[in-house]
Formats: sequence, structure tokens, C-alpha cells
Amino acid sequence: MPTALVNQKPVELQPGERLNCVQAAARVGIEIPAYCYHPSLSVVASCRMCLVEVGETKPDGTVVMLPKLVPGCQTPVKEGTVVVADSEKVKAARQATLEYLLLNHPLDCPTCDQAGECFLQDYSYKYGRSYSRLQEPKQIKPDKDYIGEQITLFTDRCIMCTRCVRFTREISGSAELQVINRGTHEEIDIFPGEPVNNKLAGNVVDLCPVGALCSKDFLYKQRVWWLQSAKSVCPNCSTGCSVNVDQNEDKVYRLKPRENPQAQGPFMCDEGRFGWKYLQAAERLTFPTQKTAEGEGVRDWTAVLNSLRQTVEETAKKSPQKIAAVLSPWMTVEEAYLLAGWLKGLSAQAALALGPVRVAGEDDTYPKDIHGKPIQPVKFTIRAEKCPNHRGVREVLEHFTGAVKPFAEVVSEAAAGKYDLVYLVGGDPFGWITEEQAKAFQKVKTLIVQDLLPSAVLSQASFVLAGGSFAERDGTYINHAGLAQEIHKSVRSPGNARPDNRILWELTGRVGLFHAGNLRKEIAETISGLAALQAGNLGENGVLLDSTEHSAQTAVVQA
Amino acid sequence: MPQFEPVLLARIHKADSTSLEGYRADGGYRAYQKALGMAPADVTKMVVDSGLRGRGGAGFPCGLKWTFLPKDHPGPIYLAVNADESEPGTFNNRILMEQDPHQLIEGIAIACHAIKSEKAFLYIRYEYGRSYRTLFKAVQECYAAGLLGKNIQGSGVNLDIQLHRGAGAYICGEETGLIESLEGKRAWPRIKPPFPAIEGLFRKPTIVNNVETLCCVTHILDRGVDWFKSMGVKPDPNNPRDPGSYGPKLYCISGHVNRPCCVELPMGVTARELIDVHGGGVWKGRKAKAVVPGGISMGFLSADELDTPLDFAGPGKVGCLGLGTAAVVVVDDQTSMVDVLFNCCRFFAHESCGQCTPCREGTSWMRKILDRIRSGHGKLEDLDLLLEVAGSMGIIPGTTICGLSDGAAWPVKNAIKKFRPEFEDYIREGRRSITPAQELMATH
Repeated sequence: MPTALVNQKPVELQPGERLNCVQAAARVGIEIPAYCYHPSLSVVASCRMCLVEVGETKPDGTVVMLPKLVPGCQTPVKEGTVVVADSEKVKAARQATLEYLLLNHPLDCPTCDQAGECFLQDYSYKYGRSYSRLQEPKQIKPDKDYIGEQITLFTDRCIMCTRCVRFTREISGSAELQVINRGTHEEIDIFPGEPVNNKLAGNVVDLCPVGALCSKDFLYKQRVWWLQSAKSVCPNCSTGCSVNVDQNEDKVYRLKPRENPQAQGPFMCDEGRFGWKYLQAAERLTFPTQKTAEGEGVRDWTAVLNSLRQTVEETAKKSPQKIAAVLSPWMTVEEAYLLAGWLKGLSAQAALALGPVRVAGEDDTYPKDIHGKPIQPVKFTIRAEKCPNHRGVREVLEHFTGAVKPFAEVVSEAAAGKYDLVYLVGGDPFGWITEEQAKAFQKVKTLIVQDLLPSAVLSQASFVLAGGSFAERDGTYINHAGLAQEIHKSVRSPGNARPDNRILWELTGRVGLFHAGNLRKEIAETISGLAALQAGNLGENGVLLDSTEHSAQTAVVQA
Repeated sequence: MPQFEPVLLARIHKADSTSLEGYRADGGYRAYQKALGMAPADVTKMVVDSGLRGRGGAGFPCGLKWTFLPKDHPGPIYLAVNADESEPGTFNNRILMEQDPHQLIEGIAIACHAIKSEKAFLYIRYEYGRSYRTLFKAVQECYAAGLLGKNIQGSGVNLDIQLHRGAGAYICGEETGLIESLEGKRAWPRIKPPFPAIEGLFRKPTIVNNVETLCCVTHILDRGVDWFKSMGVKPDPNNPRDPGSYGPKLYCISGHVNRPCCVELPMGVTARELIDVHGGGVWKGRKAKAVVPGGISMGFLSADELDTPLDFAGPGKVGCLGLGTAAVVVVDDQTSMVDVLFNCCRFFAHESCGQCTPCREGTSWMRKILDRIRSGHGKLEDLDLLLEVAGSMGIIPGTTICGLSDGAAWPVKNAIKKFRPEFEDYIREGRRSITPAQELMATH
């Protein structure tokens, strides 16, 4: 196996593997600082932060070093390459580069959103010098809040790494951003009247290694060191981007993509990035309700759940074929399994259907050309199917019922008076049931609605179970390609609402506490299609349901 | 010393120096005919043997560059002619293009035959409107006469020349910056490798040559290798890496001389001879204090280094960056070096493309420091700071993509090293010079 040396540490390379010095060093835990380099973008080698000494091992074992420093991001590592990233020469070059970068940087960290997660701060602390020798006034450049609907540019903080420019040219393809002027007067800017409003625009904020590009949505809301991150999955489409949900004191402040080569890569779209505001909506259902003869009397979880369990059990005994449940594709695998298993246990004839799968247009792929036409190879896809777990719920339903009953069928059967009891799980915060469809359930004697927001059908419900959003629960989502990923609880549900898994855990009479990992093991043993979940812990990047899809998926990601 | 008979500039004073007819009457396109009768490899070999080194500044052997092209490349190969002459003090390309355009076109045609290119791009600095119009007319004449186009003179060789007016900056004269600019992009020099000979214009193998280099090619074909090698400086026997400096060279003399001019002389003439004999001496009866040997990015010769021969190796021996474009700018002894250096730094701060951090920030920092010194707020430590900043910039330490920042740092290093007492005196005592800074640069 070919071997290179980084700071005297051997790095093993796979045959045919092309790594640069930064990647090779990272493999053995050595950080080579870099600003302009990003693995998903083209290499420009312009920030000059990653300068290293590079040499070659000759056949006789002697090492010949290049006389000058070279950028690590641009220099390939081969058999026998020797990289020195900790010599005095390298350290001096880093100090010089950082001093240059800070010459015209305003050093307004106390009022900068990026402070705390800023590479200029981190590298200055690790590699920089503690003072500047500049005695002259700094350049002052105008802030540009017109740069996009969701993003703003603090021009004077910019270090001209051009990551954002390359992103709009290479990933989104929309090419709104550019560099104007020359030398130290350079600025990032847009063409007049052409702001960065593409659906991937928010990524430039993440790509910005300093506080130049900021999210208007997050601006001045929180200091980042107060935020706590939970690993989760964006529920807004079936791509299932891995994300971090950042919260403080039970309030979510932002979603950031978490790099996952098996899911979406390093980016996410703005629909997902900013599409979580319903979490804090005033309309959220905050308590359970049972309608009684006197009105909406009971609001206590224990009472509601006991009464509900009793009603379902009685109906199952009396008319076992008159029970139906609609499982939302926004439910986790665990929740679908609990509900489906419980109802089928009570009545083998209970009808289980898949909730409405919202589809909007067609899959939206990037990059696009300037006319908006997609071009190959595809680097990012926003899927038309707007739900996180169609695949997972389908697997559960197929296990319990064989063929999957569509929502429309349940609607028409309910309208025909076929059911006495229907358990509806909503969960799609962007609307899942129309007035028309809701009317079909008027004939149902006992209608149970488990949802997080009001919907057309809510007023007809005998039982309303206030559920939780994706950020409020643990579980598993399976994306379009069969990648099962864990979601983790980040915040508590508002008011007296409860995460769905807890509602179902208690309702179905399970003892102890809900634990997603343990339940995953049980599901893997029960449902052959979900056997891949057997480890319980799916890891940060998730687990693919089967290996053929695995290879297809990784091929897409690499392309 | 026998009077040198100019070759490249032989025709510039003739009444019809720009017409095809006039050029033909002086034996024009004879060399191209000869080249068409030769195999491309033989033409290349002739240029390699002549030892012709690029006149654009770096002095890279021209023929050797041509041999870097991939062998038997199936797709197109391009020639890009660098006529973005923007090194301060340099104006020889302009004279060649304005006064003898066919000499250049013939050189381009020969070079294209040698490198098997059917398309040449002539990148002309935007400010050179007259050069553009002259060349445009000359190219049209050639098309009409069947010297350009398809199947030239029945030889089966095709060649198109496209004139491109730059809209750019100093950096467009950098080889890969020029290519980017030709492609319609911002002229940010590319990272190398790949070098343009492997992947250049529109990602095709591309040779970039300077105007004067290609004019020399014409005469090498016409007069032969031995004629070319009869002039200039032979390689230093003690330095195996020195390929020597052969042939005639156009020297531009400007600054504080009585007669600013462009003269053609064999390589290796001294700065003193250029100033005293060809430039008519330093103006107003003064003495030279400092002389720029080849455009301001090459640094300075001090008064006692004026006998340095100006060949490719000469300026390097006295601490300059190189011969550069052989644009000699004279600074008289009444001028403050602080002003001279400030002017240099202002130029590079203005022209840095801004891609690499050290150059973008370093050039403007040096300008700011010198501005402060100039206005009387300097400190002695500033000189060491300037040296340190200059020392951490450029491709020689490895901190930038192109050579602009070396060129920006070199005058600072040279000036402070060679004129340090003057800088210290200025910082301690204040301004003593009388010549305003604006008069320093050649107006061309």
C-alpha cells in the first residue's frame, strides 16, 4: 500500500486514491489550516493558509524537499511524498498570512455572529501572532444587506476566500456572486438587481469561514456558544439531509447541514434550512383533548390515554373490521411500528393506510445553467416528495398488511360508513388534509387525531393527541434511497404536548421508558425489510437498508 | 565600438513601414516562405538552437517552451501573443506593433507553423489603440494577399489571427492571467501545474509568447541561428543553468534622461552606456542615483552598479530580480528614493489582482507604510517591517500564484538595502528632495 509521510507520521493511501496534503494530513489527525479550500468546490489555492513544505523520497531513500513552500490544497500526495506542516518556515508563513488577513479585518468579534465558530478566530489563536503591526487606518467597505433575501454581507469582514462565489458557480449554478474591484479594494458583490435567492443560497453562510456572509434569519439572535446541537434529519423532503438542530433553552434557532456522504453531502436547501418555523407557531396543539358530552372536558394525558385505549379495545372486540388507522409518512419508524403493531394485535382485520404523501412538482436538481435548466452531473437534489419517512412507514405497513392501502381509499371507505373508529396521524405541518377529505370522516363514531398543528379534521375528532415535531423526538427516518438515519430530541414540546413516540408508548401499554435504540432492535428482528436496523445505533451517517442501494447511492454522492 | 545595425527596428522610420507592399519590398515574408518549406520540428529546432529567450520578462527559452506541447495532440493548439505591455517604463512592443506590424505577423505565422497551431490570438493592451488599428489593417492585408486564412500559398497550412483588445490590467500580462482574460473571465492567474503548454486557452495546449520574441523568430528564420548567436552574452561557464543571452534586444530608456528612447542593441550593453550614449545623459546635468534595469518590478541599480551588463543574468548578480523587459528608468540624484519607492508600491497596490492573500494585503500595506514615511510619520523600525513584509511575499517564498508579488516586493527589498541611509535620514530629518513624485515615471 502506498505510504506518505506527514510530520513524520505515515499516511496509508488506497491504490489510485487522489488526496491532497490537507486531506492526507487530516487522515492522521493533523490539521493543515485552510480557508479557500473546500472538498466540494474547485481548488483555487489563493488564501495561502495551507502552505507546507513538500518533498519526495528518492529510490535511494533520500528525501529531496522543494525549495519553496507550496499550497497543501493543490499538491497531490503520492507514494513517498513527504509533507512537513510544522516547521519554522511553515509557521512563519502562517503567521504572515494571518497578519495579512487581519490587516483590514474590523476585529468586531463582539458583535459578529460568527464569533465562536470563526476560522479566523480559531486559526489566529492557534497559528497567528498576538498583535498586528499595522499603524495605518483600515479599509472600510460598505455592508450589503441587499445580497439576498436570506443573507447579508459584512463586506469588511471578508477574507476573499471566494468559496461563496465558487458555490454559486459550481453547485447552484446560478452564479449570482462575483468579485468586484481589484487588490485590497476587492469586494464580493452581486450584479445589480440579481440577488442570491436561489434555493441553495443559505449554504454560502455555512461556507463562509468568517462572519462576512450571515443569515438574516439568525442574525443577532444568539451567541453560538450558547447553542446546543442535536443530530437530526431535515424532514422537509425525502432527500433526508443530515442536519444539526441548534437550540437554546428549548427554542430552536437554526438548522445547519451536517456533512453526510451517504445522504446529501455537505449542503442543504433553504426550504429545509428555514422551513422549521412551525415549531414555534402559536397555533401548535399544546394539550390532549377528549370530547365528552359536556364538551371538551378532559385535558389530562393519563385520563385521555386510558379512555382512548379502552374505546379502541372495546371497538376492536365489538366490530374488529370497523377499525382503521392512517399512518403519516412524517412518523418515525418506531412510532409506525408501535401503532400498527398495537392495532393489529387488537384486531387482525384493522385497516392500516399510508397517510398522504405530499408531492410538489418534480425533483429539483442542481447545478442549473443561467436559464434554470438542470445540468449534469447532479450535485444536489431537492426532492418532490415532501416527507421524511415514506419509505420507513411503507416498510412497516407492508410487514403488517402486505399491500399498502392509499389514503384516498380510507377516505372513500370512511365516507361510505365502513369504519366506526379511525386513528388519524397527521404530522405534516404544511397541511395534509383538505376540507373535502375531512368531511368524509363525519360518519366515523370515534375519530382520533394525533397531530401538532390544527387541521380541517380537528373539530370532528373525539380525541385530539397533541404530538411533537421532528425536533422534539427520537426515532428513525428512512430517506428515498433507503438510508435509515437517527433523529434526536433537541427541544421539549410546547405546553403539554408530547412527542408522538411517548404518546404511543403509553397508549400501547408498554412499560418503562421509550428508547429508540432498543425498539429499533426489536423492529429489526420483527420486520425483515428493516433488518439493517439491528445494531440499534445507526451512527452519525445512518445505515442503508440494502447494499445494492448502498452502492447506487454512494455513486450518486460521488458524482 | 562599431555602430550596431538595427534589425528589429530597421524599418520603423520608413514612410510605408506599416504596409504589406513596403514590407515585401524589404524582403518581408521571405522567412515565412522558408519556414513553410521546412518541417515544423525543424523550425522549432532552429529556435531552440538559437537560444532565443522570451523577451516578456521571465527570459524563459522560447524554443524549449514550444517543445513542452503534447506530441501529436489531436485537438487544436493555440498561440496567444502577449501584447499587453504594461510594465512601467516599457514601450518596445508598442513601437514594433505601430511601426512594423508585418514583422510581428510573420513571426506569429512562423511560430504557428512550428507549433502546428491554426489559430493565434493577439492580446493587445486596450490603451494601445493605434497598435490595434495598425495591426487590424495589416492582418486584413494578409488575408487579402493569401498570407493568412486557409491553405496559405498552397502549402496546406491554415492560420487565423484574431485580435483581442484587453480591457484589463497589469495582471493581464501574466501568462495565465492573459489566458483567463481571453476567455472572458476575470484575469486571475491560474495555479500551475498544469502549465499553458499542456492546458491553456479554452483548456487546449497554448503557447504564450511576447511580441518582441516573435519578431526575433522572424529574423532567426531569415538570417539563421549563427547570425543570432553572434550577438549577446555567452553562458557563464561557472553556471551550468545559465543558457546565455543571445541576440538583439530592445532597450527602453526613460526617466531623468535627456533623450528618452527605445534602442536596439546586442544583449549585454551596460546601463551606463544606455544612459550616456543612447539616452543623451542624465537630464539637467545631474547624476544618476538609481536606475531601474528592466521595469520597476526588477528592483534598482545603485549609482555604482551602472556598469552591470543588461543581459538576462547581469541584473541578478547585483541583487535585482532580473532583466525583465529591459526598460531602463533613470532616477536623478535630486529625487528622493522614498518618493520613488512610494510610487512603485502605489502601482503594485493598484495592480495586484487580489487573488492571493499576501499580495493583496501586502502590496497595499507597503504602500500605506511608505505613504506614512513620506508624510513625515515614519519610524526607523518601519524599514525592517517593510523588508519583512517584502520577504514574505511572492513565489520565491512560495506564498503566491504568480510573480506579481515578487515584482512588488523586489523594489522594496532593493531600495531599502541599497539606499538605507537615505531612508533613515528621511525618517529622522524629513523631506529634502525637490522633485515631485509624479515626474518620475516615464510618460509613454
